[in-house]
Amino acid sequence: MSDTATTATRSDALRISDVPEAVIRIAGNSQDGIQAIGGFLARLAGRSEQEVMTFMTIPSTISGGPSIFQVRIGSGEVLSSGDEADVLLAFYQHSYNDHLHSLKKGGIVLFDSDHVEPNPEAAKSYHHIGVPISSRTVEAIGGVGREKGKNVFALGLLAKMFHLNVPKLEQLIQERFTGKDTSVAQNAVLAFHAGYSFQLENVVELFRFMEGQKRAGNQVVMNGNEAIAYGLIAAGVRFGAAYPITPWSDIMELLRRELPKYGGCFIQCEDEIASVSMAIGASYAGRVAITGSSGPGIALKSEAIGWAVMAEVPLVVVDVQRGGPSTGMPTNVEQSDLNLAAFGGHGDSPRVVIAPANVEDCFYTTIEAVNIARKYSVPVILLTDQAIATRIEAFQEPNFKEICQDITPDLTPVADHKPYDLAAPDGVTRHVAPGTRIGSGKYPVVTGLEHDEMGHPTGSPKLHMAMTAKRRRKLQALAAELPAPDVFGAPDGEVLLVGWGSTQGPIREAVTRARREGQAISSMNLTYINPLPNGLEEVFSRFRRVFVVEMNDGGLYGYGQLAAILRARFCDARIEGINKTDGLTWKVREVLDAVRERVASTAGKNGH
Amino acid sequence: MSQTRLFSIPPRQDALVVPPLTEAERKPLTKKELAADHPTWCPGCGDFSVLALYYKLIEKRKIWHEKVTTVAGIGCSSRFPYFVQAHGAHFIHGRALPFASGISLSRPDLHVFAFSGDGDAFSIGGNHFSHTARKNIKMTLVVMDNWVYGLTKKQTSPTSPLGFKSKTDIWGAVDQPINPLKQALAAGATFIARTTHTNPNHLLQMMDAALDHDGFSFIQCLSECVEFFPGAFDSSNPRKGGQFVEVPKDHDVTDEGAAYKLAGQPFPGYFGILYKTSRPTKNALEAKIGADAQSKVQGLEPWQILQKTFDRMK
Ligand SMILES: Cc1ncc(C[n+]2csc(CCOP(=O)(O)OP(=O)(O)O)c2C)c(N)n1
Ligand code: SF4
Ligand SMILES: [Mg+2]
Repeated sequence: MSDTATTATRSDALRISDVPEAVIRIAGNSQDGIQAIGGFLARLAGRSEQEVMTFMTIPSTISGGPSIFQVRIGSGEVLSSGDEADVLLAFYQHSYNDHLHSLKKGGIVLFDSDHVEPNPEAAKSYHHIGVPISSRTVEAIGGVGREKGKNVFALGLLAKMFHLNVPKLEQLIQERFTGKDTSVAQNAVLAFHAGYSFQLENVVELFRFMEGQKRAGNQVVMNGNEAIAYGLIAAGVRFGAAYPITPWSDIMELLRRELPKYGGCFIQCEDEIASVSMAIGASYAGRVAITGSSGPGIALKSEAIGWAVMAEVPLVVVDVQRGGPSTGMPTNVEQSDLNLAAFGGHGDSPRVVIAPANVEDCFYTTIEAVNIARKYSVPVILLTDQAIATRIEAFQEPNFKEICQDITPDLTPVADHKPYDLAAPDGVTRHVAPGTRIGSGKYPVVTGLEHDEMGHPTGSPKLHMAMTAKRRRKLQALAAELPAPDVFGAPDGEVLLVGWGSTQGPIREAVTRARREGQAISSMNLTYINPLPNGLEEVFSRFRRVFVVEMNDGGLYGYGQLAAILRARFCDARIEGINKTDGLTWKVREVLDAVRERVASTAGKNGH
Repeated sequence: MSQTRLFSIPPRQDALVVPPLTEAERKPLTKKELAADHPTWCPGCGDFSVLALYYKLIEKRKIWHEKVTTVAGIGCSSRFPYFVQAHGAHFIHGRALPFASGISLSRPDLHVFAFSGDGDAFSIGGNHFSHTARKNIKMTLVVMDNWVYGLTKKQTSPTSPLGFKSKTDIWGAVDQPINPLKQALAAGATFIARTTHTNPNHLLQMMDAALDHDGFSFIQCLSECVEFFPGAFDSSNPRKGGQFVEVPKDHDVTDEGAAYKLAGQPFPGYFGILYKTSRPTKNALEAKIGADAQSKVQGLEPWQILQKTFDRMK
C-alpha cells in the first residue's frame, strides 16, 4: 500500500484511500480456519477483476499449531505473495510476536485483544488496533461454537477496513457452507456482520482497492495442486495410483473423488513402489496414467521409472517438492529434487522433466506432460513444489470444450508391430496396447531387459548401443520441438536471472523493480529442464552475467542444481548460482540483495 | 498464456488396419501360435511344464490371442512372458502384482496372468502379495516356487527350508521359512490352490479353476530348480517314491480354519484348492463407485463435468 493514491476521499471523518494493492498476513493456529479467510479473500479478488496470490504455511503436526496465510491482492499484476505485509491480523500472542517483523514499518496490526498483550515498544513502529475478536464472536453467535467463527468475524473486520464487497462476500460464505446445517451458514454470516459493524477504535484510515483492468472471461481461483489434478482430467487421464505424502496428498484425494465421475479411478496403494508400478501397468494397458509423491516417495519410485524409460511406456509422475533430504521439512518449499527427477535413475535413463511456473501454468503444463509422455513414449516428471501446491491464484477460466482431450486407447488391429523399431524417425515408436490384435501373430513383449526390436532380450553390444541411442534421440527430438523461453525485461543487458518453476513470480517482480531503478536486469524462466530447449546459449550471450536463482543449496562447487546442469551443458563460466535453503519462497528483496551483493563482490575480480 | 504449447499427437502411423476377426472366425490357438522364444531355462527345469500348461489353458479356453496379457517380475520363472506369443510385459523384480493390477483395473476386457518366483512374490514383493490379495484384484498369480533364488544362482529364498545350504547360508538356512498359503489366507485371498509341475493334469485343473474365479486367484506351483535345488520336491512325486495327496474330498473350501489346517501340514502336504470364497473384487467395487458417480453427471461430456466443477471455483 506504499503507493497509496493521493485521491483520498473523506467520509465519516475517516479517510478512504485508494490503494493498488495490499498484503494481508493472517496469523493464528491451523484449526482457526485462517486458510478459509484467505480463501474467501482470494476468491473475492478473483471475482472482482483483481489479481491475487496467496502464501501459506501449515504446521506438519495435525493437532493445530501456528499457521499463517498471506494474501496479496492487487489491481495490477501480482507476481509474488509480497515481501512485507501491510496488515497483520494476529489471533494469539505467539502470532503477534512471531509475525510483527513481517509487517512493514507503519503497517497496521489488527490483534485479538482477548489473547494478545501488545508490546508498547512496537506501538511506535506499527499502528495497533485491538479488537476483542474472541469474545465478540461468542457474543455474536451465542456461544454455541465457542470461538468457532472468529475467522469470519475477522473477515468482517477486514471487509470494513478494505471496503470489500459485502454482498459478494456473503455469497461466498453461503456457498462455502452449503450442504452443511443451515445454522452453520447463518452463524457465519452473523459473525461476519458482527465483525463488519464493529466500531473500530483508533482507526485513521480505510482503504479501497482501485479498479482492476476488466478481463475477458471468468476468473477461477484455486491452488496449484488443484490445477494439476484438473489438468490431468482435462488431458484425459483416467487412472492414477499413489501413496499419501504431504504436500502431494491433495492431488490424490481430489482425483480419488473426481475421477469416478469421468469413468476413471484412482487407487491408494500400499506404498510408492506399488503405486508407480500400478500406474505403469495402466499406462501399458493403453491410457497414460499418473502417479505422484514428494521427494521421499519419488526416490522409491526411481527403479520403476527407469523401467518405463527402458520399456518406452508413457507415464506422468508428479513430484511436489518439499524440503529434503529424507523426511526433511514436509511443509516447506525447496527446489532440491531436480537432480533426482532428471538423473535419479540407474543406467542411462533419459526422461523428461518439466516445471510449472504458477498455478495457471500447473493446469496447462500438466496437459503438456501427458502429451509429451504419449508422443515420445517416455516418463515425464512434473516438478512442482510446496509453494505452488498451496498458494491460491486466480486465472482465466480455460476453454474446456477446446482443451479437454479424449485419449482412449486405440485398439485398432495392426498388420505388424515392432515395439522398438530402430528405423522409426528420431527413435520415436508408439506403444501399442494389449488388446490390439496383430495380424502377423507376432506380439510384443515390453521389457526392462535390453531388447531387440520385438522386445526380446539381447546381450548384443550393437543393440544396446542402438537402443540407448534410440531412447536418447527421442528426447533430442523433443528438445528441437520445445519453444525457447521468453526473456522478461530487455533481450540483452548486464544480468540475466534464470529461474525455474515457482520462482518465476518473485524473480519477475525483482526484475521489474530493478529495471525501474535503471538496472539492466532481465530474467528467463525454464519450464523444460530435461531436455533443455535449444537456443539458450544465444540468450545467455546477450548478457554479461547469468545468475541462476534457486531454492536449493549452492552445493560443493557453488552451483545449485539447475546452475550445475546449465554449466555442464554450456561450459559458460558466466553462469553462477544464487541459492537459498531457508525453506521459504524467494522474497523480491532477497533476490535483489543477492544480485547486488554478487555484482559488487565480483565486479573488480572479473573485470566486469 | 501456456495454451499454445500443447503438444499435438499425430494419429498412429502403424495402424495398417487388418479387419477384426469375428467370434466365428476365432479358432483355438495352437501351441505353435503361442510359442515364442525358445525358453532359456535349464533342461529339466520345472518351469517348462507350467509354460506348456499355460498354452493348453489358452487353447482349451479359446482365449483370444490379443486378450491374453502375461506379466512377470524378475527371476528364472519370471522370464515367462518372452516364451508366450502374446502381449506381455517383463517388469521389475517383485512388482509384477501392482503392474498387473494396473492392467486389470483399467482394462476389464483382458485376461491378466502374473507369473512369479518365490523370491519375487514373497520376499521383495511380499507387501504387494498381501495387498493384492486383500483387495481382491481380478487376475491369476502363479508362483513357481522352487525354494531357492534360481536366477541369481542359489541364495536362500523365503521358502527355503531350514538347513538348506545356499551361497548365503553355507551352514544351512537358519530363518524360519514362510508358508505362502497361510500368508495368502491371512491376507484375505479369495482363491488359494497348490499344485506341482510334476502333475500336469492337476496343474491344468488348477489354472482352469483359477481362470474361472472372479477375483485374485493364487496358485502355488512347486517347480523344481534342477540346477540349485534338485530333488527338493521328490517326496511329493509318486514317480520318485513320494506321495501326491489331494485335498480331501470333504474339505469345505469356504472354511478358512480348515484351509489353514491343511496349509500347515508338513511337506508334501495337500494339493488342490484349499480355499475359495466369493467377495466383491476391487474391480467391481471401483466400477460401482464409478457408476454411482457417473449417474450424477449423466449425459454430460467430460468437458461439461469439468466446467461445472470450475463454476464452483469462481
Ligand atoms: C531390485 C532388484 N534386486 C535384486 C535383483 C536380483 N534378482 C533377480 S531375480 C532374484 C531372485 C529370484 O528368485 P525367485 O523370485 O525365487 O525366482 P527364480 O529365479 O527362483 O525363479 C534376484 C535377487 C533384481 N533384479 N532387482
Ligand atoms: S536355475 Fe533353476 S529355476 Fe532357473 S532355469 Fe535353471 S533349473 Fe530353472
Ligand atoms: Mg525361486
